[in-house]
Amino acid sequence: MRETLMDAAPHPSFDEAGLPLTALALGATKLYPAPDLARFVLRVRPEDGARAAAAWGLSLPDALRASTHKDRHVLWQGPDEFLLLALTSEKQEIIDRLQAEMGGKPYSLVDVSHRNQAFLLTGEGAQQLLETGCMLDLDPASFPVGMTTRTLFAKADLTLWRRDTHTFHIELWRSFMPYVMGLLQQSAVAA
Amino acid sequence: MLLIDCPHCGPRPELEFRYGGEAHVARPAEPATVDDAQWMAFLYLRSNPKGLHFERWRHMSGCGRFFNCARDTVSDKILKTYPAGQARPSLEALGLAPVDHEVRA
Repeated sequence: MRETLMDAAPHPSFDEAGLPLTALALGATKLYPAPDLARFVLRVRPEDGARAAAAWGLSLPDALRASTHKDRHVLWQGPDEFLLLALTSEKQEIIDRLQAEMGGKPYSLVDVSHRNQAFLLTGEGAQQLLETGCMLDLDPASFPVGMTTRTLFAKADLTLWRRDTHTFHIELWRSFMPYVMGLLQQSAVAA
Repeated sequence: MLLIDCPHCGPRPELEFRYGGEAHVARPAEPATVDDAQWMAFLYLRSNPKGLHFERWRHMSGCGRFFNCARDTVSDKILKTYPAGQARPSLEALGLAPVDHEVRA
């Protein structure tokens, strides 16, 4: 294996993409790696949204919101674009159900399970920690529980989703993980 | 930092956006019937006005959608944003007096 400065000091509790394998303390805030999930990007015309929702088992959310039922989540990404999260065991069923339910209507369902990784930031300092790299106003008055959006954390694109007042679910491309992790750890030290 | 009003997401910091060139540049419906000069004009000639400019923007790090924007290139003030596909807003709708601005047809 090629030896580089990066290889020289791998932290044993991080996976190869940079996500910690166990909970990580960032000051008073805890970071938990999310379990493996089945993830899909669904693109569907607004008039066919109801069909897709029926196949999925819960309604497609309004703009900038997420809808949740048991272990299934739909996050709004754009006017005709949704990020679907589910248990990995349900992957094939989701693909088949949607194909049957859409009845030939055009849609696109892209498996991005391994493109993204996710973690949860939880604790009273979670919002402040995110605000060190995120330009949005994350006060609960303007970013309430249930709100989700793609945005930037420093230079990395990620999806923020507020699960409750002090807990955020954060989805990002796995190659951005070391960058975001590094910034979060530095910010936690500085704070 | 400028706040740009995405028609789908509301006001967002400008770093989430990418500029997409002049708006309302229509591709000729029948390219085969267009001569070289007209095609060159479609590809390369832009109005580049001093003042009111209609342009495309993309909410790259947000909803990802293209939309249109009316911006004053002198003051950098964004007068209006509207979804792609909508007609160009009138000067009255932008709160401008017609004599001050010449809009290319």
